[in-house]
Amino acid sequence: MAVLTVEGATVSVGRATILTQADLTLTGGEVTIIIGPNGAGKSTLLSVAAGERKPQDGTVTLDGDDLTQLSVKELAKRRAVMPQDTTVAFPFTVREVVAMGRTVWNDGAAADDRVAMEALEAIGLTPFADRAITTLSGGEHQLVAFARVIAQVAPVGDNSVVLLDEPTAAMDVAHAEATLTTARLLASQGAAVGIVLHDLDAAAAYADRLVLMSHGRVRSIGAVGEVCHEPLLSEVYGSPIEVYDHDGNIRVAPRRRLQSA
Amino acid sequence: MHPVTDAMRELSGETSTAVSTPPDDRPPTAPARPRGRRALVAGGVLGVALVISLIASASIGQFHTSPSEVLSSLYNGLIHGVDPSRSQVDGVLWSIRFPRAALAALIGASLAVSGAVMQGVFANPLAEPSIIGVNAGASVGAAIVFVFGYSQTAVWSLPLAAFLGAVATAFAVWGLSRVGGTASVLTLILTGIAVNAVAVAVTSFLIFMGDRSSREQVIFWQLGTLAGARWPDVGVTAAVFAGGFAACLAIRRQIDVLALGDTAASSTGVSVERLRFGALILVSILTAVAVAFAGVIAFVGLIVPHALRLAVGPSHRYLVPLSALGGAVLLSVADIAARTVVPFADLPIGIFTAVVGGPLFLVMLRRTLSGYQLGR
Repeated sequence: MAVLTVEGATVSVGRATILTQADLTLTGGEVTIIIGPNGAGKSTLLSVAAGERKPQDGTVTLDGDDLTQLSVKELAKRRAVMPQDTTVAFPFTVREVVAMGRTVWNDGAAADDRVAMEALEAIGLTPFADRAITTLSGGEHQLVAFARVIAQVAPVGDNSVVLLDEPTAAMDVAHAEATLTTARLLASQGAAVGIVLHDLDAAAAYADRLVLMSHGRVRSIGAVGEVCHEPLLSEVYGSPIEVYDHDGNIRVAPRRRLQSA
Repeated sequence: MHPVTDAMRELSGETSTAVSTPPDDRPPTAPARPRGRRALVAGGVLGVALVISLIASASIGQFHTSPSEVLSSLYNGLIHGVDPSRSQVDGVLWSIRFPRAALAALIGASLAVSGAVMQGVFANPLAEPSIIGVNAGASVGAAIVFVFGYSQTAVWSLPLAAFLGAVATAFAVWGLSRVGGTASVLTLILTGIAVNAVAVAVTSFLIFMGDRSSREQVIFWQLGTLAGARWPDVGVTAAVFAGGFAACLAIRRQIDVLALGDTAASSTGVSVERLRFGALILVSILTAVAVAFAGVIAFVGLIVPHALRLAVGPSHRYLVPLSALGGAVLLSVADIAARTVVPFADLPIGIFTAVVGGPLFLVMLRRTLSGYQLGR
C-alpha cells in the first residue's frame, strides 16, 4: 500500500513564503483532493509531493524513502504527475504523446504503443489516436495528458501514485466527470491519488479526503463532511458558500442572490 | 490480465459519465499512412537521391567525366587501390572530386542532424545551431589564424582554431545561461544573442586589424566553401560525424519527450538538464567540425529537419536519421549548383544555401502557418 507523506513542508520564492509547514498524506486506495482559493499553495504542495520542487524545510517520504533523494528515473517509476500546462511543442500524434508516458520503462516501441492505446481506450479517446495533438482543444489536451499519466503508472496496483494538477480545468462537464470517475477507479485498484481541484462540488463528490488550503497553509484536513462546513468554506474563499444535502450526497455551491430588476 | 484495461471495461459498463466517442465534426487530419511507413519511404527516396547526387557531383565539372567512368574509377579504386597517375580521370576524381563530394555529404549530414537535435532540445522548430554561437565562435578562431598568419605555418591550424572557437563559444553560452543550476530555453537564447554579438565584434576587430590579404581570407572563409577538400579532412569529419550521429540516435527518444515541457518531461523520467547539456555538446561538436572545414554554411540545419517534419511528423526516431540523409542530399546538390551555375566560377556554397534556403524557408513557414500547426 503506497503512502506518500509530506511533513512540515515550507517553500519560499524570493522573500515570499508560498507554503508554510504544510502536511499531506496520500494513501493507497484513496482519492485526496486539495481545494482552496487561487494562490493558496495547492499546486505548490502537489509539486512538493511529486518531488518536482524541493521544500526548504520539511520532509517528503514515499513508502519510507526520502523522495528528495530519489533520481528522476526512480521517481518516474513510482509516481506519475499530470501538469497544469498540457501543451505539446510539436504536432506529435495523440498515441505518440501518450506513449511518451512509458519512456522510463524502456519496453520498446511496440509495447509502449500497446499500453498507450489501452490508456486511450480507458478514457474514450481511441478515435483521436492518430490525430496531431496540436489540432486538439485545451480540454482534449488535458484528456491526452491524463491518458499519458495512466500509461506511465500501468499496470495500476497497490504501489501506484497518481498526482493530477487541476486535471479538469479546461474540460466540459462530461469529460470532467469521466476523468474524476477514472481517477476514483485508479484508487479502487490500489493507487494513491492526489488531485488539485477548483470545483468544490466535484471535490465533495469524488474525494475520500479533502485538504483545504489557505494562504500557503493547510487549513483543514478530513473526510468530506468534516471539511465542507459552510462557515469555514465561506471564510476561506471570502464568498458565501452553501453546503446542502441532496439525496444523501453532500453538494457545495456558491450562494447566489440574483435579483431580477 | 491488464488491470487498467479491465477496470476501464468495468468503467464503461457501470457509469454513464464515461465518454465513449466525443462528438466531433472536424475533418480528420490523421495521416493517411502510418508515420513509420512514410519514414521508410522517405528514407528510400533520400537514399536513392543521395547516391544519384554523389555520382552527379563526381561527374560534373570543367573536366567532363561520364557517370559510368565515375563508377568504374570508384570500383577500380576500391578493389585495386588508387593510383592517380594511372589516368587523368582517376587523378581528377580521386584527388579532387571524390573527397569534395564526400565532404559535402558529411557536412550536410552533420549540419542537418545538429539542427534536428537543436530544435528538439529547445522544443522549438525555429532553433538553429548558430543560436549557441557555434558559427560566430568558429569565425573568431578562423580570423585569428588568418590575421596572425598561422595558416601558412600549419595546415591543421585553421580547422583546429575554428573548431576550438566554436566549442568554446557554445560552452560560454551554456555556462553563462545557467541560473541556479538550470538553464531555461529563454535565458539560453538571450545569452546566445549576447555572446554572438561579442564574438562578431571580436571577428570584426580582427578583420579591422588584419592586412588586406588576411581580410579577404576571413571574408571568403565566412562565405563557406568546399573547394580544396582533402582526404584527411574527410577522414576527420567522417569520424566525428559517426560518433556524434550514433550518440544523437541514442538520445532521440528522450528528445521527443522534451516537447511536453521541462517539468512534464522530468516527471516522465527524463533528466532534462543532463539531456540538454549532452545534446548541446553533440550539436556544438557536429556543427564545429562542419564549420571548421567548410566555413559558415547557413540554413541547412534549419530547413532539412523542418521539411522532414512536414513529411514524416515530429518524432525524432525518424527525424534524426532522415535528417542525416536529407542534409547530405541538400549539400551535395547545393555544391553541384555552386560549381555550375556561373561558368568557370566556384561560388561559395554558403551563399548558395542561404539564397535558396531563405525563400524556401519562407514558403515552408507560410504553408506551415496556413495549413498545419507550427507547434507552440
